[in-house]
Amino acid sequence: MSMQLGDQGAPGERFSGGGVAAPLAPNRRGRPGSRAEERAAYLFLAPWIVGFVFFLLIPLGWAVWLSFTDEQLLRPGQFVGLENYARAFTDDPSFYKALQVTLTWIVIAVPLFLISGLAVALLLNQKVPGMGFFRTILYVPAVLSGVAIAVLWFTLLNSDLGAVNQFLRSIGIEDPPNWFQDPDFALWGVAIMGLWGVGTNAIIYLAGLQNIPPDLYEAAGMDGAGPWQKFRHITLPLLSPTMFFLFIGELTAALVIIGPVIVISGAGGAAGPADSLLFYMLLLYRRGFVEGQMGYAAALAWILTVIGLLLVWLTFKLEKRFVFYQA
Amino acid sequence: MSHNASRTLDRQGMVARLTTRRALHVAFVYACLGALTAFIVLPLGWMLTAALKPENVPVFTFPPEWFPTEYFNLGTFVDALTQPNEPYGRFALNSLLLASLNIVGAVLSNSLIAYAFARLEFRGKSVLFAIVLATMLLPAPVLLIPQFLLFFNIGWYGTVDGFPAGYLPLIVPAFTGNPFFIFLLRQYMRTIPKDLDEAARIDGAGFWTIYWRIIVPLTIPALVVVAVFTFLGVWNDFFGPLLYLDDPDWFTVPLALAREVTTVGTEWNIVMAATLVAMLPPLIVYAFSQNKLMGGIASVGIRG
Repeated sequence: MSMQLGDQGAPGERFSGGGVAAPLAPNRRGRPGSRAEERAAYLFLAPWIVGFVFFLLIPLGWAVWLSFTDEQLLRPGQFVGLENYARAFTDDPSFYKALQVTLTWIVIAVPLFLISGLAVALLLNQKVPGMGFFRTILYVPAVLSGVAIAVLWFTLLNSDLGAVNQFLRSIGIEDPPNWFQDPDFALWGVAIMGLWGVGTNAIIYLAGLQNIPPDLYEAAGMDGAGPWQKFRHITLPLLSPTMFFLFIGELTAALVIIGPVIVISGAGGAAGPADSLLFYMLLLYRRGFVEGQMGYAAALAWILTVIGLLLVWLTFKLEKRFVFYQA
Repeated sequence: MSHNASRTLDRQGMVARLTTRRALHVAFVYACLGALTAFIVLPLGWMLTAALKPENVPVFTFPPEWFPTEYFNLGTFVDALTQPNEPYGRFALNSLLLASLNIVGAVLSNSLIAYAFARLEFRGKSVLFAIVLATMLLPAPVLLIPQFLLFFNIGWYGTVDGFPAGYLPLIVPAFTGNPFFIFLLRQYMRTIPKDLDEAARIDGAGFWTIYWRIIVPLTIPALVVVAVFTFLGVWNDFFGPLLYLDDPDWFTVPLALAREVTTVGTEWNIVMAATLVAMLPPLIVYAFSQNKLMGGIASVGIRG
């Protein structure tokens, strides 16, 4: 470990591993900002500095360069200028399909997960006995493996034999949706899978709900406000910072979704019927890791990042209008 | 009116006010909670039912069976763990090996880094800390390809002479810290009274001794949080193993599971048993750490 390097130099900067007090002038050791302290600090930080340079800084710079080359997995690339970017917009039919699927997913997933999370949080905030038990149960899916969840739900939502459709048929719905076999319903299958993890957002909302001072509700009640008015004029405004935080989180998560689909489509396989589950990251994975077009995939990654930054920027522009911060 | 008196009155009032309306409200709340719980629990119950069925009993029934009533064949789990082509016992050990090494790396590196930010003075401290926080915002998709090429080109990929070289990209980065954990631990360390460091310093202790003998023991509750999150992250990770592992002997549980469901002729009772194997360790960790996670963050004590 890097700590052993501390053995050189003045006694004052040595790390004594044994914890036995060395007979040294105490005031020489580690005065704030002393050179000994500074040297020690950089040794403690060494793991981070190494990781930052090798796993972040160098890859980040390389990512820019790669996107302007025709790099393949086993063949170093030549500089090709903006060709990769031009290809995405003009010569890759899957690109627009992937954009369309991902944006549709954002429009479905973000409101669905924000509203369901809030509804469940309001329910969990009710004062009835045994609530701790329900909270514990509801959070369970959040700790489970995404692959296990995907395998389970792809099985449950199987159109012919799956338990969900068998259940729907048993209560008289004769023609239930075909979920992952139907291009119109495939995204909704993914949405149901996501709803199973509603507990995560609910717990975050719940913390926000419990931060609202109860006397606000009491005062509003005395003024004759009903439950809806209390919700509309107290709960919603005071919860809006939490909602904003979750909105950004759900938006960025929806942009880079890939997990459940790649599990079921296999490493190189299909993306649902009629490419209905061809998420942007799945296209990137295919082009990069299945077809080995690393340069092109790097360009795809930058395009997605720019789209993401634009959406987040837009959200922050709207923040002032919709988010209320307590003085 | 004193607080206590109003409370007593309130309690009496509550009993009195338990009118039809209140009862209806409570009934409605429990109905919703029941529906939600069913939504969470029934899929797990169906899975358990399927996993407990012996080989030649149909898994998919009409209507579906949400709870095991007829079959309790634990042999399916034994098969899932030991079957020669897909030995989930072996995969679980692989996952555990990765998780343990990641936990060691995360606890060690993040506590070292957080100690420097929480306790030491040095030039560029605030700039460096801002950079740590900024790395949380780095777009993961952009780093995906160059990171992969980096590891691939230095041979950290697949299996080399029986050694799982593809494990290195899944382990080594954990030893370089993680911005969330650095932030969490630094916040926690700042709540430890500085008198303890000062006293140790007067006794002649160096920075390393203060870190190892004082800060680390007092940071254990937060380190448990780091360990739990690291375990869940590594055990459940699919994309990392998918990119770097090519030899089924070294597959992790999620990777093996994803491969098995996409092959033809799947035995669904075994797949469901394997899925339960994938879910069980996180459930156990969750059951045991739920209170510690909450309590650990709250309790800050000076020992001795």
